[in-house]
Parts: sequence; C-alpha cells; structure tokens
Amino acid sequence: MTPAGARSGDGPLLDVRDLSVRFTRRGEPDTVAVDGISFDIEPGEVVGLVGESGCGKSVTSLAIMGLLPGRGPKVGGEVRFGGDDLLALSDSALRERRGRDLGMVFQDPLSSLNPVVPVGVQITEALTRHRGMDKKAARTEAITLLERVGIPDPARRVTSYPHQMSGGMRQRALIAIALACRPRLLIADEPTTALDVTIQAQILELLRELVAETGTALMMITHDLGVVAGLCDRVNVLYAGRIVERAERHRLFATPRHPYTHGLIGSIPRLDSDPELELPAIPGSVNDNLPWDTACAFAPRCPREIGRCTEVTPGVETAASRLLRCHNPVPATSA
Amino acid sequence: MSAPTTWARRRRARIDDTAQGRSLGADALRRLRRNPVAITGAVIIAVFVLISVFAPLLAPHGPAEAFPQLLDRLRPGEIPGAQDGFPLGSDQNGRDEFSRMILASRQTLLVGVLATVFGLVFGVLIGVVAGAVGGWADTVLMRVTDVLLSIPSLLLAISVAALAARPSQTTVIIAVALVNVPIFARLLRGSMLAQRESDHVLAATALGVKRPAIVVRHMLPNAIGPVIVQATLTLATAILDAAALSFLGLGDADPARAEWGLMLATAQPYLDVRPALALYPALAIIVVALGFTLFGEALREALDPKGRR
Ligand SMILES: Nc1ncnc2c1ncn2[C@@H]1O[C@H](COP(=O)(O)OP(=O)(O)OP(=O)(O)O)[C@@H](O)[C@H]1O
Ligand code: SF4
Ligand SMILES: [Mg+2]
Repeated sequence: MTPAGARSGDGPLLDVRDLSVRFTRRGEPDTVAVDGISFDIEPGEVVGLVGESGCGKSVTSLAIMGLLPGRGPKVGGEVRFGGDDLLALSDSALRERRGRDLGMVFQDPLSSLNPVVPVGVQITEALTRHRGMDKKAARTEAITLLERVGIPDPARRVTSYPHQMSGGMRQRALIAIALACRPRLLIADEPTTALDVTIQAQILELLRELVAETGTALMMITHDLGVVAGLCDRVNVLYAGRIVERAERHRLFATPRHPYTHGLIGSIPRLDSDPELELPAIPGSVNDNLPWDTACAFAPRCPREIGRCTEVTPGVETAASRLLRCHNPVPATSA
Repeated sequence: MSAPTTWARRRRARIDDTAQGRSLGADALRRLRRNPVAITGAVIIAVFVLISVFAPLLAPHGPAEAFPQLLDRLRPGEIPGAQDGFPLGSDQNGRDEFSRMILASRQTLLVGVLATVFGLVFGVLIGVVAGAVGGWADTVLMRVTDVLLSIPSLLLAISVAALAARPSQTTVIIAVALVNVPIFARLLRGSMLAQRESDHVLAATALGVKRPAIVVRHMLPNAIGPVIVQATLTLATAILDAAALSFLGLGDADPARAEWGLMLATAQPYLDVRPALALYPALAIIVVALGFTLFGEALREALDPKGRR
C-alpha cells in the first residue's frame, strides 16, 4: 500500500469535489450533465444518489470510474479515493483500481454480461487479474461467490451462459462479479430498474446484506426514492446536474425541505393510501428547466417558487449535516 | 389467469434444463440441423469436398491422358459422347471428360478456400485494428478499403490478375483474395465498433480487464459472427470469380490441367457440336456455388440473435 492509501482510514473513502462533466459537440451548445457536485462516502457507508431521468446520475458514476467516452466530455473537479485523485490517474493506474477498489453494477443485467463467455469465466477473469489466483482457485472462488449471491446449484451454473439465466439470476451474477475482488466501493447504477417488482426487492435485500457483511461502501443510484428508503444511510437528491438536498435518510423522509424532494416523497405510493386517489406527481418536465447560472433550475415546476427563484441562483446552505439549495424551502415542521 | 402461470412455469423449466453451459454457437448448430436449407447446402458442400479430396482415387484416368479409341472418332463436327468406360464421353482432345470433371473439383476447392482464407485473415486483421484502435489508423484503413470497394469486384480481380507477369493459379488466388479483404475488413470493423459501445464491454472495462483481453475475449468473439457468414458466402463468389478469371484466360493456361472455368472456356468453340462439354463444368460451378450460398444464408439465420429462443 502506498502511504496515501494508508491514510484512507481517516477521512472519507470517496470524496467528490466540485465534479463537473460537460459534453461538447461541434455545432451544438454544450450539455452540462454534471454541474459542480460535491459529496462524500465514508468507508462501509451506503449513500444514495437520487433524481429523475437525465439529471446526471449515470454520468457522475461513469466519471468516478473514469469510464466516460474518451473524446467529447470535459471533466472538472476532483474525485479523491483513498488519497488519490482518480481523475488525475493514468489509464493503467486507473485500470488497476477498477474492479479491485471500485466495482460497478449496471442497470441491464443481460446486456452487461458477455453473451459468448460463461458466467463463471466472467468472474474468474476479475479474480485472476486482481487477486492473482490460478485458474482452479478462481473457479472454486467463483462457485462460492455464486452461492453467496443466492444462485442455486452454483457448481453447475458457473458453466452457464447469460442467455440461459433469468433476469434476477443475471443481476445476482453481475453482483458476484462486481464484488469478486472485494472492492472498497461498489457503485450500483439503477441495479433493479430492469427487473420485476418481487425480484427488485430480493436484489436490494441481497445488496444490503452483502455490503453489511463485507464492509463495502455502496453508492446507490436510482430514480426511485422507494429504493433508497430501506437501504441508504445518507441520500443526495440531484436535480439538473446539481445536488439540491442531502440529508441522513430518516431526516430526509421525515422532513424533506427542498420542494423537489418533498414532491418526490409525496409521489411514493403508500400501502395505506387510497388507491383511488391520484398520486401527486411533480408537474412539468426537465424540458422546462431554467439555467442554474441565473436561476433555480426547478423554478418552472416548483409550487413554492418566489420571485427571486427566477433571478438568483439559490446557494448551498449546510446546517447540522443537512445540505439544501433553495430560496424558499418547505418549513421543517410540515412533513 | 392460468395461461401466464403455465407459461412462466414452462419458461422457468426450460431455463433450468439448460443450466449446463450451452454456448450460442452450440445453439446455432442445433438450429442449423433443423433447417432443410442448411442441410441441402451442407450435403452439396460435403459431396463436393469428398469428391475433391478423393479425386485421384475416384477418377479412372489422368487429366491429360488421351485415348486412341476416342481420338479415332474425333473429327470436325463430331465429339464422341458417353460410351463404355467413358461415362461422360470425350472432350475436344480425346480425353476422358468424366475424369477431368472430377479432378477439376480439386482446383476449384483449392482456389476457393485459399482465396477466402487469405481474404479472411487480412480482412480480419484490418477490421480488428480499425475497429479496436480507431483514430487515424481507422481513418486510413477505411479510406483504402473504400477505394477498393468502389471498384467492381470482378474488374478489380481482372486488373490484379492481369498485372501478373505470367497468368497462374497463384495470381488467381491473390486476385480473388484481394477482392474480399475490404469486404471482410468493413464488416468486422462495423461490428467491432458496435461492440466497443456495448454494455458488456463497458462492464468488463469497469472490472479493470486489460485492453487486449477486452478486444480478444469480449469484442472479437461477439463481432465475428457476420464475418463467418460472409466467409461461407464468399466461398461461393470466390469459386465463381476464379472460374471467371480462368475463363478469361487469366488463370493457369496449361491445357493439360483440368479446371472448370478453363474447361468452360475451351468448350466454347464446340458449343454446337457438343454443348454438354460446356454444360458439365457450368453446372458443377453453379451447384457448388449454390451449396455454399444456401449454407451461408442458413448460417446467417441461425446466428441471428432475433431467431434465438
Ligand atoms: N455521451 C453523451 N453525449 C452527450 N450527452 C450525454 C452523453 N451521455 C449523457 N449525456 C447527457 O447527460 C445528461 C445526464 O445523463 P445521465 O445518463 O447521467 O442521466 P441519468 O440521471 O443517469 O438518467 P437515467 O435515469 O435516464 O439513467 C443527459 O441530459 C444526457 O443527455
Ligand atoms: S429555489 Fe425557489 S424555485 Fe427553486 S426549489 Fe426553492 S423555492 Fe422552488
Ligand atoms: Mg442512468
């Protein structure tokens, strides 16, 4: 271990500082997918990144992993992990960290697996690469891992090809692959969106167990607050490339302060709610967004909008481990 | 209500049956075996390959051997037809047409296979470099293939073969191979590019898998399918092109050698005397080319992910 790595015991495991990603295309205005976001993740912590489609969740995760397409995006800021700035690492140094220190689970389990390679081989590939195992040891470990993620008959399943597995089983296999080298941080980008509801719950339960058991930190990306409700220690709410609210999970659900968070929580179906009643959806769409430079991007859709919202960018306020970016937040008492 | 339940159960049962690894290739093979078009093509190919491999044993006579009993009856306006010991009769030089037809199959197989293999090897090399490395290497390679592809293939083959100092079998092979290099290269590059953008390549990169392993293990095997199909189809066109080159006198002109394209050419002056001399090689070329085409099309279908169940 490098001295820098040794220092990682104190301070956060992942410290994202002012990360921005801007896509430039000739003849078109730039797209700012991620607009200066900062957050951190403690070792073993489960942190949620929540927001609707297109708000920059996937781009954030890809930027952390260094997986954005080579040409095109301009990335700014810092991604400190175990003392190093991942954005400043060379390609080969970064490749050493991927899989070993940072694992990732993607949304679509079928397309994320190589169709022509048996699932077992896709696990052993990582094991031989990062943990220096020989073929036989890696195979034994692969069977153990498949068993651990709840795949029945793992000794037979290691030879299965992805198309021979069900969706839930594939996602379990992907989790086994991502955790094979015991990374310190696992990034899960909408890992349950492509699965049906009962399987979703099982996969979330599995993730919760695994991170608790291995002490792996988890960055959970989702558009569904219901997913973070039972899983995350802290939640970051993202809107149009910026974090608009961050709080410890119970406080966020008990007293959402940002009008956007408030709307999101209001739109989660509850078991005790009258199914005849319409859920209060957030009106409008991201297309109505204002530019952050001169306003609050959410203003056109915001029920609490005041005159200032369309003229002045709301600043970040932090109080008692809560972050808020709003001119007229929901009062703390009304939940 | 019961219908979806049974459907789901059956589906689960099938997933379980096949738990033991069966690759997509094995799957494709299973589908090929059930397809009559594939079987027809495969039978034609098998018969053709067996005949050419065992040609020296099957042919009763040598390719250059002329027989007095045939020569005696050879005169302007008459070429002896089928008779005892000579099932397809005589050629225009008193040789056994049957033996020559059988021996010629070897030449055709040799030229077809070698031209395709050389085309494939260089095409794949270029396609991998262009598709996996990208950048200026891609730009340069693709400009060159564009130019080659813009020339009609037979014209290109003729030009290349005509450049050779002396027409020979080798120049035919090189010419036909060269025609196919850009076709394979383009095809592979396209599917490599698609692989480069694919989720599973991103996932492998996220695991820290090294670049060469990604290209060889994750991109190439998934990209090569259409190229294999194309290679099967190319065997057909290579045989046709090679025959055309010999027919045009750009192949090995040794009259003692039996070769279908050349036989077709030399039969031309005798079309009204004995059209069968042109018919036999023409039919042979067409049937063999058809065999490879049928099989290639069936293979395309079998490898098509949309047909997978
Ligand atoms: N390769 C790219 N080129 C140009 N723009 C891109 C590219 N990738 C993403 N973007 C833009 O970046 C923004 C954020 O995209 P991102 O994929 O991070 O959204 P997301 O929050 O993950 O949404 P979803 O829930 O749909 O996955 C989008 O507006 C998208 O148009
Ligand atoms: S700043 Fe204004 S518009 Fe934006 S969320 Fe707060 S109240 Fe709504
Ligand atoms: Mg996404």
